[in-house]
This record gives sequence, C-alpha cells and structure tokens, in this order.
Amino acid sequence: MKETIIYFFTDSVAFKVLIGITIISATSGIVGTFSFLRKKTLVGDAIAHSLFPGICLGFIFSGTKDPFYLMSGALITGWLSVWLIDVLTAKSKLSSDTSIAFVSTFFFAIGSVLLSFISSSTNGNQSGLKDFLFGKAATMSNEDINVFVFLSLIILLIVILFFKYFQLISFNKEFAKSIGIKVNLIEFLLSTITVLTVAIGIQSVGVVLTSALLIAPAATARYWTNNLPKMLFYSALIGVLSGVLGVFISSTKENMPTGPWIVFILFFFTLMTLLFSSNRGWFSMVRKQRINRKKMAEENVLKVFYQLAELGIKNVTYSEFLNKRQMDTKELTNTIASLIKKGFINNDFQFFKLSEKGEVEAARIVRFHRLWELYLTKRLNFKEDHIHGTAETIEHLITPEIEKELLKELKFPKSDPHNKIIPY
Amino acid sequence: MENSSIEVHNLSVSYQNVPVLWDIDFSLPKGQIVGIIGPNGSGKSTLLKAIMGLIPLASGNVKVLNKNLSLVRDQLAYVPQRETVDWNFPASVEDVVLMGRYKKGNLFRRLTKIDKVIAQESIEKVKLEKYRDRQISQLSGGQQQRVFIARALAQGASIYIMDEPFVGVDMATEKTILDLLIQMKEDGKTIIIVHHDIQTVSNYFDYIVMLNTRLIAHGPTNEVLTEENLQATYGGQLNIISKIQSIIKEKEFPLREKGFEDK
Repeated sequence: MKETIIYFFTDSVAFKVLIGITIISATSGIVGTFSFLRKKTLVGDAIAHSLFPGICLGFIFSGTKDPFYLMSGALITGWLSVWLIDVLTAKSKLSSDTSIAFVSTFFFAIGSVLLSFISSSTNGNQSGLKDFLFGKAATMSNEDINVFVFLSLIILLIVILFFKYFQLISFNKEFAKSIGIKVNLIEFLLSTITVLTVAIGIQSVGVVLTSALLIAPAATARYWTNNLPKMLFYSALIGVLSGVLGVFISSTKENMPTGPWIVFILFFFTLMTLLFSSNRGWFSMVRKQRINRKKMAEENVLKVFYQLAELGIKNVTYSEFLNKRQMDTKELTNTIASLIKKGFINNDFQFFKLSEKGEVEAARIVRFHRLWELYLTKRLNFKEDHIHGTAETIEHLITPEIEKELLKELKFPKSDPHNKIIPY
Repeated sequence: MENSSIEVHNLSVSYQNVPVLWDIDFSLPKGQIVGIIGPNGSGKSTLLKAIMGLIPLASGNVKVLNKNLSLVRDQLAYVPQRETVDWNFPASVEDVVLMGRYKKGNLFRRLTKIDKVIAQESIEKVKLEKYRDRQISQLSGGQQQRVFIARALAQGASIYIMDEPFVGVDMATEKTILDLLIQMKEDGKTIIIVHHDIQTVSNYFDYIVMLNTRLIAHGPTNEVLTEENLQATYGGQLNIISKIQSIIKEKEFPLREKGFEDK
C-alpha cells in the first residue's frame, strides 16, 4: 500500500490519474447533492446505465476510443433516457419508479448487445470497452483526463453561477415558477450536467456503480450539516476521499477494478455516519436511551424510598427495599451510589435515608405518578386497575408545564384514585 | 373594471382533459382581503395557479393590474401550500426568506445588504426573529407557514396570493397571520386567500369568490355569503358536472372542439 501511494506521487502518469479522480469525484459529489435534494437519485442510476449504449455507439461510429466521440455518444443516449423517463412518467400510466427501472434496464440491454457486437467484430481496438462496466481508473489516458478535467471545471462553474436557480428549483419549484424563472430550462441544464458528470465518472467507476458516487456522498453529507453550501462541500470531500482511496487500493493488485473499491469506501463512510453522527446517529440514540434508563431507575428508587417513608420506614436497608420493589441488585446498588453522589440519599452503615433535597425530588415523582393516575380515571375514563402501568412511564416524562395544566384541570386534588395522598 | 387587482376572463383549465375550472369570469377589487372558497376539488388552488401563470390554460386569459402577467410579475407574491415542499431541505429560516429577494435580475449576483435587512424585517413581521437561524425542519407547522409568508413579504409585492395559509396552524400563528393581513390591507396591499373553512369566512374576508368548478358567486362578503349561494357551492347541485367530468375522462373527449374558440 505504501509503495502504491509513493508511486502515485512520483510517477507523473499515475499522479495525473490521481488528479483526474479527485476532480471527477468532487464534481459527482456536488452535482449529486442536487439529485439527492430533488429526490432524483434513481434517475442518476438510470442515466449511468443509459450511457453504456452511447459509449458503444461512439466507438462503432468513430472506430477509436477518442473520448470526444465516446462522450458525445454517452451524452446523447444519457439525455434520451432522461427525456424518456419524463415522457413515460407524464404521459403513460406507469409510475415514475417503474419508468426509471424500465428505461434503465432497456438501455443497458442495448449497450450489452452493442458490446457483444463490437467484441465479435474484427476491430482489435475494442478490448478496453469492458472496463466501462466496472471502471478502471488506470485506463484513463492523458487525453481522457484532460477532457474530464476540462468538463468538470465547466460543470463546477455552472453550479457556482446557477447556484440560486438550482437551490430554488430543488426546494420549491412552484415558487421558482411564480417569480418568472423558466423552470423547464433550469431543469434541462441540471439534467445535462448530471448526464455529463455521470459520463466522466464512468471510466473510473463503471456503468453499474457510478450512481453511488453521485448519491452516497450527498446522502452522507446531509447528516453533517443543515446548510446547503456546506453540504455541497462535505459531499465533494467525501467523494474525493473515496475516489482517491479507491484508486490506491485497486492499484495494489493488477486487474482489480476501481469502481467497487470506491463504492466500498463510500459505503463505509455512510455507515460510519449513520452510526456516529452526533444528533441522528445510532450511537447517540443508544446513548440517549441509556441516559433515559438511568433517569428512570433513579426516579423509581426515590419513589420507593418515599413509599417506604409513608409506611414509617425512613432508614431503609437493601432487603427492605427489595421487599417493596423487585429490581436487579446490581442496578440497585449502582443507582443508589449515583443518588448518594448527587446528594439525594444519605448513607449510614447499612441504612439509607432520603436527604432533604431527596425528599423534595421523591415527592415530585410521586406527585406526577398520582396526578397522572387521577387524570386517567377522571378525564379519560380508565378503570382503576388499568392505570398503574402507564403512570409508571409517564411519571418520568411530565414537565413542570404539564404539571401546571394537570393541577389546573384537576383543581389541586388531595388524593389519587387509590386514596393515597398527593404530596405538594 | 378600472380599479381591479385581478381580472379573469373565460378561464378554463383541465387536467388530462377533465375540466377543473369551467369558463370562469370575474374581477377582484384592490386593497381588500379576498377569500376564494369552495369544497375540496372545486378548483380553488388551480385558480390560484392559473392566475400565477403556473399551469397552462385551456382557454381564457388573466389580467393583473390591467396588464399581462409577464409585465407585472414583480407585483405578485405567491405563498404555496405548506405541504408542497420537503421541509427537510438544508436551509435555515433566513435562507428561505432570502429566497423572496431572488428576482430575475439578481440571480447571478450576490444578495446585497438591503436584501438582508428586508429579509430580517419580514422575519420580524411574522414574529420568528428568535428562529432566524433554525433549520426549517425543526419548526412547527404554524412556524413553517409563517416562514412562507415572510418570504412573500420579502418580495415587496402589491398583491399576495396565499394557498390555504390557515390549514394545520396553531392559534398563535392564526392570530399572527390575521393581524398581519389587516396591517397589509392598511398598507394598501391586496390579499387573495384560498380557504375552505366556511365558519370563519365572514370574519376573515371583505370580498369572496365562491367556486365549484363553475363560478357560483363573487362580491362583498355580506352580500354574497347567502344560504342559497352556500348551498350551490357546497351542495349537491353540481353532481351533473362531476358526472360529465368522468364521462370526459373515460372517453378522452376534449373540453372544447378545436377551431371553435369563443370570441
């Protein structure tokens, strides 16, 4: 791996491939953000499949792998597919996902037929066309890279110039129309740069996987920010990192395709984001659940202390506690330790006792529990033997505002449905 | 009418050959709060879109301030229904309101300080200044509706066209919007609102258009809001029209024969 990296930075041809993949993946990340926001990610996939016959046609027509002819062919069939999807969705009774799937597979089938036709012909120059299926960054010639970089720069320039247009039609098309913007024209432009972006990505990532480079960076970047310019930047960054790493790894072995590696790394980034993202990630959810569980355990323990005090037991031992309420012993000792630390419970030898602060807190929880039970029976017509379960959960959720409303609604009641006194 | 904000002549609109609006003809006064009312599917939203030039007309024309729409587009501000956009879009309240400053002339340029000041003022008018930097998905439905109205205010138009701004909003928002409408009227603005709750019609509007595919009535609220008109708008008399609509749909008949346009 280390040798590969050194190789890419010392060999001028390899270095150029690296520059090429960097610009291509940054462009994909940026253009893909708009596909993602317009909920057109599947169209990107259809475009990629539809470019395949165009590339074959370009080759048949010119007899060379000159990127100009291949790209022109790709652009034509790519555009045709976008148009066909729109027409099918609008004029037929097919839904948009059916239209997309239909167009995508149909064009890919044509491409496969054309490829077999090329392979069986006598032209010996065709060997590289198969690389378009899974992508091979190293097959990009100097000329290819020049064309790709040039096109990428034009695409980036268009995005910068038309940023407000693209933002408007992605968020609210009707509003854009209402201020006189020719929405059709802007959509045409956006589709065109999408087709172009996919076309320049195909040689390194391949027909089958190139839509991942369009979609995954944007989907991941959305987790990181709520700001569109920042999202575009992050999306480009994720694209570049995956692109460059994918090229490194795939070059360690001969004949290893680049596309799948890029997609592997993209997926890794997405997965990590899903797991670790600070507000929406899986880990932060688990952490929140743990915090909730701890809070509930603490409040339950305080409540039991209050109930025991009502029975006259103020100095509580573990066994007295467990007689009153079943609880995992480890969780109980941990919770009590935490409550002692917070100053809610005082410890004297094997006896535990609510502190003054703890009594207030315990009374609050018992009050919530009993108020809620009363509310359920009085206002929602629950039977008395059905209310305890829900009150066990709700007591941990009631906020001071809701408490105020409950008190007002129930007119500061003295006791709960089981005739227990509600503490204030 | 000399002093009309909007005039609609022989307007028909159809979706896939089914007529949604049928030969509508009216003109609306300036400087009033106008309600367009009718049951679900009566073509209210379609009428707004037709006025805004967002959908093709089957026939007829619309004049805004006695001119063609394209000449006076800056004078119109549109507030679409809240559910028509995805509020998960990466934007803050300020970002959305600033879109109200986007005009055909400045889309390739940066927004100016003046644009930002106007956006800020609009945000204050709908009482969202505390939420200026908040991501729009984290707002309540009522707050989202106010964001849309602030964006329209930022456009600085003279006619405001709002599609169901009172649907699914909280009391605070309803109050804020109503106060704002009255303020706008005092400033000489015309406000046209699609509305479906009959209970509140007489409180909200000076002038109403009653619609059910056909124009039932239009005029000052106290004159037009009669039992008879309500019955015609919401009652069953139009069953025949809906039957014809479904026949047209089935047979793919055109609403008008080509080459026989009314003069």
